[in-house]
Formats: sequence, C-alpha cells, structure tokens
Amino acid sequence: MSQLWAAVIGASALCFLLKLLGYSLPESFLSNPRLQRINALIPVVLLSALVASQTLTKESSVIVDHRLAGVLVAALALKMRASFPVMMVAAAVTSATVYNFI
Amino acid sequence: MSFPRRAVLRDSLSVAIPVGTYGAAFGAAAVAGGFSVLQACALSLLLFSGASQFAVVGVMAGGGTAISAVATGALLGIRNGLYGLRMAPILKLRGFRRILGAQITIDESTGVAISQENRGESAMRYGFFATGIGVFVFWNLFTLIGALSADSIGNPSSWGLDAAVPAAFLGLVWPRLIDRKTRFAALLAVVLSLSLTPVVGAGFPIIATVLIAIFLGWRSK
Repeated sequence: MSQLWAAVIGASALCFLLKLLGYSLPESFLSNPRLQRINALIPVVLLSALVASQTLTKESSVIVDHRLAGVLVAALALKMRASFPVMMVAAAVTSATVYNFI
Repeated sequence: MSFPRRAVLRDSLSVAIPVGTYGAAFGAAAVAGGFSVLQACALSLLLFSGASQFAVVGVMAGGGTAISAVATGALLGIRNGLYGLRMAPILKLRGFRRILGAQITIDESTGVAISQENRGESAMRYGFFATGIGVFVFWNLFTLIGALSADSIGNPSSWGLDAAVPAAFLGLVWPRLIDRKTRFAALLAVVLSLSLTPVVGAGFPIIATVLIAIFLGWRSK
C-alpha cells in the first residue's frame, strides 16, 4: 500500500474512532480542568505550526518565497473580517501573482 | 417538539453551505499536494473533519511519513471526541444511528446544536443533524469539484494553491487566538516548528508543538 493510502485510511479510521469514543465515555471524563486547558491549546499549536511549515519550509529548509506574500495578505483579510472564501482567494491570487510575475 | 423548525434549518444551512463550498479548497489542495482525486474524496467521505484533512494533506505534501500525517490528523481529531461527549446525553443515539451521528460530529454540527440551547433539546438535535448532514453533502460534492479542477490545471504554484493551504490553516486558527495565552502558544509553535524543520523529518516539527500545549495548559494561569 502506498504511503498516501496508508495516511488516508489510517487517519480516517483513527479520527472516526475518536468521534465514536465521545459517545461511549462517561461525561465526567471532561471535568478535569487541566485536560480541558491542554485540549483547548492543542488545535492552536498544531494549526499555527502548520501555517508556519506550509508557508516557510520546503523539504527540510526554511525559505521565504511567493507563499509568504499570499499568507500575509490572508492575515490582512482576516484582520479586516473578510469571509473565508474571500481570504483564500486573496491569498491564492497574491501568491500566484508573485510566483508568475516577480 | 415545539420549536421553530424553519429558523433552526435556516441557521443550519447558513453554516453548512459556506463551509461545504470550502471543500473545493480542500479538494484542490489535496490534488496539488500529490493525492489522487479518489484519495481526496476518500478523505472527505471517511475522515470528514476539515482541519484533520488539511493536516494529513499538508504533512504528506511536505514530505512527511504516513505515521506523522496520521498522528497530526488524529491529534486534531481529539476535539471531535469531546464534542461527542457533550452531544451524547442530548442525542441519545444507539446502534447504527450512533455510528452515523459520530461521523458527522464536527465543529459546525456541534456549534449549531449548542447555539440552539434556548430553543430546547429537540431543536438542538434537529440543528445537529441538519448541519452535520448539510456540511457532509456539500463538503463532499465540492471536494470532488475542487479535486477535478486542480487535476486539470497543471502547476499548483502558478495558481496560488500552495499559498491557499497555509491560508486555510490561518483561517482555522484565527478565531482561536482570543487571548494572550493562546497567541503566545501560537507564536511558540511557529518558532519551535521552524527551528526543528532542518533537524528532524517532516511532520515531526508539527507534532512536537503538542509539548507547548501540555506545558502551557498544565499551569492554571
């Protein structure tokens, strides 16, 4: 099996089990405040790391290229409360412009 | 069962349709990242959780192993389990219905359900299923459209698709950066993941940032 299929099937199976687990555990499981705080921070750190790595890395090096321009425009759009699709299109158009013409 | 069905349905669809169309961005990103159209669609059907799907694509496209992609996707999927914990006493699902309900337990279905709290539990159930099924249908349809379009355009960079993926992650994390602590956690995660990039294999710099969540979450302030 290819790495891609392994990732697709493995992640799908594990994520489904996590969803199902929620319906099978006692509600008191959620009451530990320390677990709640850690859990609230997990998406923040993972998504931030994904922003950084998808913007500024290529293979195993840190580089600055057209993608950074796109992501900076996305941040500006989010700051101006643009909707999700508008923000994505602004990022893509900016990055493509820098890539093709600069 | 006396709740304003039309109003709940309107709330549900006003979330489900825009979120679902955003599946096109996922389909395009997956194909641009080297996944086939079939694999992109399989992720939307079987995994069905936006942040985890983008993470799997992002890690694999960045040269990571399947194991690090699965681990990152699963870590982002933990919150769906916690949504299930919250929804279980309201939905009271058994057997096959529990399996279907679990699959559509995501940010949007749980969010709409909780927002209907003052209309009663029937409205919460209706909102949960209307939103969950709505997102599922539109998300999968638009994943296919996005994947097929990206398949036919050639170099993803000249269309800006390689910047659309980090922009998607930025859009997902943005509403969570509500206080100094979360912003500090985000900054540390950026610094740690970039510092580790030249040192360890792709994917690990991302998973390693969970240590920041544990460290900062451990203390109460």
